[in-house]
Amino acid sequence: MPSPDLLRFRLNGQPVEVACEGPRVLLDLVREDLNLTGTKRGCDLGTCGCCAVLLDGRPTLSCLTLARLVDGRDVTTIEGITPASGLSPIQQAFVDRGATQCGFCTPGFIVTATALLRDHPRPSRDEIERAISGNLCRCTGYRKIVEAIEVASRGSP
Amino acid sequence: MATPPPGPYRILGGRIPYVEGPLKVTGRAEYTDDIQRPGMLVGRVLRSPWPHARLRSIDTSAARALPGVFAVLTGEKYPTPFGVLPITHDETAIAVGKARYIGDIIAAVAAMDERTAERALSLIRVDFEPLPEYADPRMGVDKVSEPIHARGLLGSNIQKEVVQHFGNVDAAFAQAAFRARVRGNFAGVTHAFTEPLVTIAEATPDGRLTVWSATQVPHYLHRALSEVLGLPMHRIRVIKPEVGGGFGGKSDPLPHEIVCAALSLETGRPVKILFDREDVFYTNHGRHPTQNEVRIALNASGQIVGYDIDALIDGGAWSSFGTVTTYYNGVLAMGPYRVPNFRYRGRRVYTTKPPSGAMRAHGGTNIRYSVEVALDMLAEQSGTDPFDLRDRNALPPNSKTVNEFRITSTSFRRCLSAAREKSGWDQKFRRLPFGRGVGLGCGFYISGSNSPIHFTPKMPQSTVHLKVDMDGGIAVHSMQADIGQGSNTLLAAIVAEVVGVDLARVHVQRVDSDVSPIDLGSYSSRVTFMMGNAARAAAEELRSQLVRAAAGLLDRSPETLEVVHERIQERDHPEHGVAFLEALHRAMETTGALTASGSYNSSPMGGTFKGARAGTAPAYSFAAYVAEVEVDGETGEYRVPKIWAAFDCGRPLNRLAVEGQIEGSIHMGLGQVMGESMNYRGTRLFNPSLLEYKIPMPQQMPEVEILLVGEDDPEGPFGAKEAGEGPLIATLPAVGNALYDAVGVRFTDLPITPDKVLKGIDQRRLEGRSWKGG
Repeated sequence: MPSPDLLRFRLNGQPVEVACEGPRVLLDLVREDLNLTGTKRGCDLGTCGCCAVLLDGRPTLSCLTLARLVDGRDVTTIEGITPASGLSPIQQAFVDRGATQCGFCTPGFIVTATALLRDHPRPSRDEIERAISGNLCRCTGYRKIVEAIEVASRGSP
Repeated sequence: MATPPPGPYRILGGRIPYVEGPLKVTGRAEYTDDIQRPGMLVGRVLRSPWPHARLRSIDTSAARALPGVFAVLTGEKYPTPFGVLPITHDETAIAVGKARYIGDIIAAVAAMDERTAERALSLIRVDFEPLPEYADPRMGVDKVSEPIHARGLLGSNIQKEVVQHFGNVDAAFAQAAFRARVRGNFAGVTHAFTEPLVTIAEATPDGRLTVWSATQVPHYLHRALSEVLGLPMHRIRVIKPEVGGGFGGKSDPLPHEIVCAALSLETGRPVKILFDREDVFYTNHGRHPTQNEVRIALNASGQIVGYDIDALIDGGAWSSFGTVTTYYNGVLAMGPYRVPNFRYRGRRVYTTKPPSGAMRAHGGTNIRYSVEVALDMLAEQSGTDPFDLRDRNALPPNSKTVNEFRITSTSFRRCLSAAREKSGWDQKFRRLPFGRGVGLGCGFYISGSNSPIHFTPKMPQSTVHLKVDMDGGIAVHSMQADIGQGSNTLLAAIVAEVVGVDLARVHVQRVDSDVSPIDLGSYSSRVTFMMGNAARAAAEELRSQLVRAAAGLLDRSPETLEVVHERIQERDHPEHGVAFLEALHRAMETTGALTASGSYNSSPMGGTFKGARAGTAPAYSFAAYVAEVEVDGETGEYRVPKIWAAFDCGRPLNRLAVEGQIEGSIHMGLGQVMGESMNYRGTRLFNPSLLEYKIPMPQQMPEVEILLVGEDDPEGPFGAKEAGEGPLIATLPAVGNALYDAVGVRFTDLPITPDKVLKGIDQRRLEGRSWKGG
């Protein structure tokens, strides 16, 4: 049995130290060890995007990321994206536009869209579709998701 | 922010954001896998590597001896058969005697952690005696050497055969002017909901069992648990947390749910079974692979004179909803048209593959494709526009089909005219260049099954309870199951509308069988219609209590008062009134917290012949879709840039949700027609992952123009009908018929992948035929 490593990284803006044993993935660390359940487990194979988090600001599939790799880095989950009160403009647009139905894929989409709008404040429809093409949604047919991201990028409801 | 609605209502008819939306966009909505219980064990199942095999012996001793293992279960402990339909209980929680498909559950363990559980599974030794496998339903229609189930018809693997004949089909065809035949072949498709199947069970020392599960129908799960575990229902508590999509795939009581409960009873500890994606694919219950043959005849004036239909349906290993599927493949082929002569033979045959079951637009999708393609062929043969042909044959409102379905409201003809006009059909059909085309597909679907799976048909199909205390918040209880379609939002909106209060006062409680009155859950597109009527009745009862209290305060008779936003006032003197809270507090002086209850049951309907109730519903939705396609003649690849979706759901009560259902349905329908397929080699599923089973990407979604043209349904709540499943059906034939308009080839083997398109185009070129007009 390998001895547990102590990982030190920033999680949602706060420094944390977490023991990590064996070949654990970031998704397990976040959901099971840190009890941040907003990040969803949809496939464990990197196919659905439900588990997306920001690693050093970049959308990353936490189910394919070895937990040890986040040592010294910066991890932001859906909990870190959510303001202390109220909703972020992207979250608000998802609510207003009905871009969330069952909601299981939604945190992954919010994470992806947050990084997109930070880097490209006025994305074209193509850019939005390309950005979210690693996230699967089976409920909405994506139309209202794309619309919500567009609305959030315009900064008006 | 809710937009004020068009129409007579304060809230209903608008765009009402989902009440739980803020929880979902922040990751705070609680799904089953988010729940932790103290001392919870990990449950895992062992699956059969054989498609069909007798279980000679199972040696679990090494697994049991492994430290950290708390229980190992095999089938004999809980052998009581179950199944969603009371007439076809042919499943067991764990295989008893033999395994029936690759993936069938043959043992289960509960252990301290995942690694131990996996190790324990690897230590179970099973002695299999392989039996003949049956990959195709055609292999099972006659007597077989080893029937998959003892209940197969006459020693075959036929699970259900339906034969129906109304009128005289042979005579109608003999006299017909035009006849068309379509032989359709449909690969199986699956729901691909994003939340994997997951259950937590906790047996407690008070002799009770609590089960949290990702289910669409908590009540059917409740009943199956009781039957198989031998516990009375009142000792079992079923809780439905948020559910990450279902589409029919979480509507059967599923074996792992019972296994999880059994493991908890064995160990006295909470147990969680979380399936991985491969497990979910093996559990399946998706749309049946189907081979059908549809013949339709027209008379010289273009009226449909007869249907003659045969369907061979691949059931997989269990019955599931299959008896209903077998009926639906026939009876749901008729509407939205008047069909005077109808003959149908449907056979659902067991195979040694993962079970098929109910998937969105269950039983109405594959057969509809073949019917609509046949009508397209008949329009061409008879020199009629496809819209005119359908318009001429539309079922009128307040009519009966030949098999005695009661049709009340239908705005099908309005769907046709809206889709025709908005799509620019008359400028496009048969006029676009090679590679581009438009196609029409239509459909109809039940708005709630009138033939529910229930204790007795006299019990209500939905009940809603309300409680309001001095805080002025209204708690709503019902076992209706929100799985993302927005039923909690509609429930809250109906209550707020009727009671006259802010939506924010209304709190829909999580489904919990200890407190939620029974509603039969999310299947058969029943929720808006049935729960909506129950909610309305409950809210009206609460309102009348408040109005009586206000009448006492105002010293007026209740009949002279009206309810407006947060206020009850005199109709003729609106300045004389009391606030909602004043009326509430007065009413509470005599009763304490106010409670109210409402329920709904559909009225008796349907004929008296065998199977007459299958497909009867208190209302039906109608659809007419036009799809436009662009085909690359060199590669066979194609895209669907736009769909015009004209839909009759009666009065849309939440436009945001109706649009969401239509767009999501189109996504799922496009997946099936363009590429989704459960790929088998023999009986082995080859693509059990979301990487290899591909659902459409954002770039593949067309622009969707939604045309809601329905008129109020006389019995629907506030005039509403379903919009959850019907919107899928028309998508497939609209695309298929558009491909014909684009390249002149009839495609009847689904999914229509680019290789098939290319082959079709090449074949047509080889034959030296032009691509338009026969």
